[in-house]
This record gives sequence, structure tokens and C-alpha cells, in this order.
Amino acid sequence: MRRRVLHMALVTVASMAILLPATATAQGGESVTSTILYDDAESGERIGAPGVLVTVTDENGEIVSETETDDAGVFLVELPGPGIYSVTIDPATLPEGVVLRNPDRNPAVVTVEAGQQARTIVATGSGEGGGGGGESGITLRQVSQLTVEGLKLGLFIAMMAIGLSLIFGTTGLVNFAHGEMIGWGMLIAYLFNFYGLAGAFGFLQSWPAPFGEGMNLILAALLAILGGAAMGWSFDRFVFGPLRKRGAGLISQMVVTIGISLVLRYFYLFGFGGTPRFFKDFTAQSAIKLGIVDITPKDLVTGFLSIIVLVGVGLFLIYARMGKAMRAVADNRDLAESSGIDVQRVIRFVWTLGGALAGLGGVFLGLAEQVSWNIGFRTLLLVFAGVILGGLGTAFGALVGSVIVGIGIQVSTLFVPTELKNVGALVVLILVLIVRPQGILGTKERVG
Amino acid sequence: MILAAIDWGFIFDQTITQAIGLNAAVYAIAAIGLNVHFGYAGLLNFGQVGFVAMGAYGMGLSITLWNLHPLLAVVGGMVFAAFFALFLGVPTLRLRADYLAIVTIAAAEIVRLLARSTAMRDITRGAEGLNEFIGPFREYNPFNPSLVYGIGVIDFRGTEFFAIVIGWVVAFLAVLVVWLLMRSPWGRVVKAIREDEDAALALGKNAYYYKMQALILGGVIGGFAGMVDAIGKATVQPDFFVAPLTFFFWLVLILGGVGKVWSPIAGAVIYWGLITFVQNLGRQLVDEGVVPTSVMDPSQVDQIRFWIVGAALALLMVFRPQGIFGSKEEMALDAR
Repeated sequence: MRRRVLHMALVTVASMAILLPATATAQGGESVTSTILYDDAESGERIGAPGVLVTVTDENGEIVSETETDDAGVFLVELPGPGIYSVTIDPATLPEGVVLRNPDRNPAVVTVEAGQQARTIVATGSGEGGGGGGESGITLRQVSQLTVEGLKLGLFIAMMAIGLSLIFGTTGLVNFAHGEMIGWGMLIAYLFNFYGLAGAFGFLQSWPAPFGEGMNLILAALLAILGGAAMGWSFDRFVFGPLRKRGAGLISQMVVTIGISLVLRYFYLFGFGGTPRFFKDFTAQSAIKLGIVDITPKDLVTGFLSIIVLVGVGLFLIYARMGKAMRAVADNRDLAESSGIDVQRVIRFVWTLGGALAGLGGVFLGLAEQVSWNIGFRTLLLVFAGVILGGLGTAFGALVGSVIVGIGIQVSTLFVPTELKNVGALVVLILVLIVRPQGILGTKERVG
Repeated sequence: MILAAIDWGFIFDQTITQAIGLNAAVYAIAAIGLNVHFGYAGLLNFGQVGFVAMGAYGMGLSITLWNLHPLLAVVGGMVFAAFFALFLGVPTLRLRADYLAIVTIAAAEIVRLLARSTAMRDITRGAEGLNEFIGPFREYNPFNPSLVYGIGVIDFRGTEFFAIVIGWVVAFLAVLVVWLLMRSPWGRVVKAIREDEDAALALGKNAYYYKMQALILGGVIGGFAGMVDAIGKATVQPDFFVAPLTFFFWLVLILGGVGKVWSPIAGAVIYWGLITFVQNLGRQLVDEGVVPTSVMDPSQVDQIRFWIVGAALALLMVFRPQGIFGSKEEMALDAR
């Protein structure tokens, strides 16, 4: 124990990675480079960390390259051109007992000029946990770390998935614009976080915070929930409610959701720009240790909050009058209607609730990763995977399915390259449809 | 006065050139495939871009990996697209239409992510894409690459003209095939399944096999769109095959009229004419300062197309689902 404390103190003091001196750049060859160093526990010397997985993504979140550091801890990635890139270090591939000092700067955002060799700083520290053998194979620590991260991701997905599943259950409509409800919440929170209410009402600009100068993210998140709810409500009030009244078919409604999602997504790109950005608050946090896993306080808080929200939604569905009505409509719409339930009101409520949950999920997702314009679409595919795995149309199935998908995605990075982790989830989606199309909690007749 | 600064001649040249150019041909072919899926068989394919990608990669890899003759490479592209259709059809065609929609949109994204992944770099060349397959095709180019072909204001370079000719020939052949098939007994069964699957089952038709055949047929036609695009651009770029592209094809199809044989061609010409006109006009308005850069900077002009497509898709679906030329009777919107 005493040795560990001493060791930690040593490492934290002397573990900033040294920048690779800029070498003469090749003509037109943009690249990004860095050296990852750590303090070797045995020798006490600072040496390069070999075999660390480094992923470079462009502004759209597309992976440019995935590489490993060499024996000196150096990586160099050729880039297709100037632009803004994110460099992600896979913490699981760092040497045993070494963690990133600032997990929140991972991914690090690098702006690369034409012909420039950009450098990024990777600071490491000691994160020696109790578990984990000495071998280079899969350690217990890695598995638990990834499981916790996956659980967090799964809870976020579940928040969005429940809304999607309830909307499907009550109306039969697959809402392809659900991803944009996620993006909406995230961007509202970003706007208020940086510009305060003046972001929406310009005349407040000179007022003090929270009107003029940007407000606390917690307050902004509450407004994002409201904004999400408003969006869900308006979708039903102004688009899908009238369409149902006209007797429009489900497939044309589905194409309408696609149209809405395209307009909104590119409206976000227009307003926000292509570069992913962080929220103002809670960005640079260092991880704390919980048993054998490292977790940042914000992840802990958002994880617990999403559990509370999900449990709340579950209790609401089971015990509240409206919740029961929602399940009744999802179960058998005609029967519900004939027993006196106002189906249109229930559907309006489901859309509003779904929008609010998606908005909150978007804020959490923006905290866990970064705020970006197209995160909605990328997440939507994972939400689909969770919803289908759990059973399309069932709220609790969506919860179970999403958590499995989240954990599966993170743990799968032990076996598949990080850039393909989402592909695994989507392949699982297809396999589930072959084996058990109604999903884990679905009933057979739903599949039709 | 302000509008006098705009070079209308240039805009109209561009509009006509694009309306009959390579992109229009590619979109038309992809939409013909989609028409087989959705217009005739009632299959909700939200991932046509995946078939397009499979066609392009199938053809490209046949040459870069196995050095096949160009004609065999085209067969390679067809095989890839057909395989993709099987992969999607087996799990979903027994289920309701929305499952196919979800799975196709996801599978198309899988194709793109896999193609650009570093894990498959040795095969697909990652984000760089395939660039070394065009040589064998160029040998068959009857047009002189250094000459410019055209009538009046429209002109294309020899290499480009070759691809455009191939593209429109393929498009018209595909229309012919679809037209012949849809008036055959096979086509009538497919349309019957679209209208009422239970009735078709009751008549002893195996709906699953017919739907699978339609999925493969439309998918292979979609694959040809990818091949034509690859020949025209001499490259296969994974990031060309992004998800919104599918919905451009959808708009092309719905514009012309779902379930009409000629509609994809008409839709593609109208779509590219319209989009080119709006974008060139927008670009000039921004360049001339009519639209201040505080509202929109030049790089954002290209995003207009997504707004137009999204809004047009939603509005057409609500107010004129039969498109410009279609008839409401043929609209199979809520078939399975």
C-alpha cells in the first residue's frame, strides 16, 4: 500500500509526455504525431509505451486511421488533408497500471493546417488497480472497465430507445427522426451552456448569467429536456397527428420522418458547424477509482441519473394512470379506445415523453463524448439495435436490449478494432432477426 | 439590378449538363432498382446505397484483387449486390416491412464502415478507396479522351462521355427489363403480393421467394448504379456511400411516380436539373454578396440540397404521393 502511494506520487509528477520535435514536413503531407511516455514501475524510468492503439477521426467522426505506437511510444498518422481531427487513445492498450491523466482530453482535438505536422500531448499517470494479472492477455480490469463504460452507454441508449419503442408501440410508426431529437437536446444544452438565454433571445445579451453569459450545464440540461419534449409534442401536434387524421399510411409517415430527419440534421450542421465540440462545464475531469475501475465523476453522475430516470419511467408505466393507458394502447389500440382511453391524448403524451427522454439522452451523450451535429444518426442505429434486440414496441424490452447492446459494444473492443465496434452491434441486430425476431421480451404476434 | 450580376447562361449550361450527365444516370439506375423493390414488390428498402456500394466494390475488387476481364468484373459487381440482397432478405423478408427498413439502413452503414476500416485496408484500401481499376475499362473507350463531345452548350470530355453513354444505355436496358418482367406472370405475382400478401399466399404463391427475387433484382440494378459511377469517376470512395444518398434515390423515385417504369429516369433528370439550378444560383448569390456571408457562407451552399431533398420528400409524401407522373392507384404505399 505504502509503495503504491509513493509510486503514484512519483508518476503524477513526472509523466507529461514529451512532444516529438517537429521534423521537416513532407510536401503536402499533413500528419499528426505524438509520443506516449510513462513511468516504468520497475526501473523508475520514463519510457515509451509500445503498442498503444491510436485512432484518428475526422470532423464527421469518420475514422481516418487506426495505428499503434512503436517501441519508443511514437505514433505518426498521415492525414488526407488539412482539417480538424480527433485523436483517441485506447486506454485499455496502455501498459499495465498506466492510465490517461486527462481522460476528458481523450479524444484530443487537433487542428491541422496544410502541410503541417501537428502534435498532440498525451499525459499518462498511474492508475494501478487491484486486479489484473501480469500477462498481456485480457485482464479482469479491462473487462470490468469496459463493462462499466458499456453499461453507461447502454443506459444512455435505453433512454432514447424507450421513447422510440413507445412511439412504435402506440402508433406503429418507426421514427427515423428520433436521432434528430437526440441531437436537438444536445445542441440546445450547448447553446444555453455557452450563450445563456441570449442564445435564443438575443436582446438578453447584456444581461448577467444565466440570461446573457451562458448558464450552468445542469440548468441548460433541464431546458434541453423541455426543448426535447416540445419537439416531440410538435411532431405529433403538427405532423403526425394530422397525418393520422388524414388516414396516411404508416409507410408514408415513415418517409416523412426520414424527410424531417434530413432537414433537421443539415439544419444542425448549418447552425453548429461540422466540428465536434465540448460543453463548457465538466469537461476536464480526472478519473476517480472505484474498486478496479476508473470513472470520471460526470460519468458516475450521468450514469446514476439515467438509472433514476429509467426506474422512474418504469414505475410510471407500471403504476401511473397514464402509464397504464400507454401500455394498453400499445397492447391493443382498439380495445383501449373502446374501454374509454383517449388514444390521441396518449399518443401525444408518448411523443412528448419520448422527446424529453431523447433530449436528456442527447445531453448525456454530449457529455460522455462530444457535441456534434450528426451524433443523432450514428446513435439511432444503436438505438435500433437495442430496440430490436429487446423487442420492438416493448418499453422494458428496449431497456434490456439497449443495456446489452451498450455493454456488448464496449466489451467487443477487446476482440475487434475500436473503429468496428458499432458494426458488431449492427451485425447482432441482423442475427437477432434470424434467431428470435420478436426480441428478448417481445411477443410473437407483434412481428406480424 | 442585383440579379443582372448573375450569370444565367452559366447556370443554365450547368443545369442541362447535370440533368443529362453521369450523376443523373447513376441516380436513375439506382432509383430503377428501388422502383422494383418499393414500387412493384412493396419492399421498404432504406439502404439502397448499400447495394450501390456493393456493386462498385464488387467490380473494383474484381480487377484490383483478381485482375479479371472488365466484363467479368461487372459480373463480380452483380454477384456482390446479389449476395448483399440475400444477406438482408433471409432475416427480414418474413417479417413486417419496417424490419426490412431498419435492417437495410443499418446494413448499408455497415458496408461503408467496413469498406473504410483500417482492418480491411489490404483489400478495400480504407478511406482512400479503390483507384486502380479503371485502366482495363479505358481500353474499350471508343471516344477520344482528348476530344470534347457535345451539342451546343453541352460538352463532355471523351472519358466522361464514355461513362455517360454506358450509364444511359444501362438505365434504358434496366427500364426495358423491368417493363418486360412486370408484364410477365412473374411481375403480376409480385404486384399481387404487394397488394395483398395473404391473398397471394392463398393462391399458392410462395411470397417469400418472390420477394427475395425482387430484392435481388432491384439490388443488382442498384449495383449497376455503383459500377457506372465507379467507371465515370475512376474511383470508388467509401464516403460516397453515405446514408442520405439512399433518400436522394427515394426522392428521384417519388418525384417521377412510384411504380411507373419511366419514372426513375424522369425523376433523375428533374432532380439533377433542379438541384444544380438551385445550388448554382445560391452559390452566385453568395459570391455576389446578395446573400451576406453572415447568413450563409459559400461552403454552406452545398447543404441546401439536403434541405430541399428532406422537405421535398416529406411534402411530396403528404400532398402528392404519386409524384409528377404517377397515378394514385399504382401507389403501393401501405403494402407490406
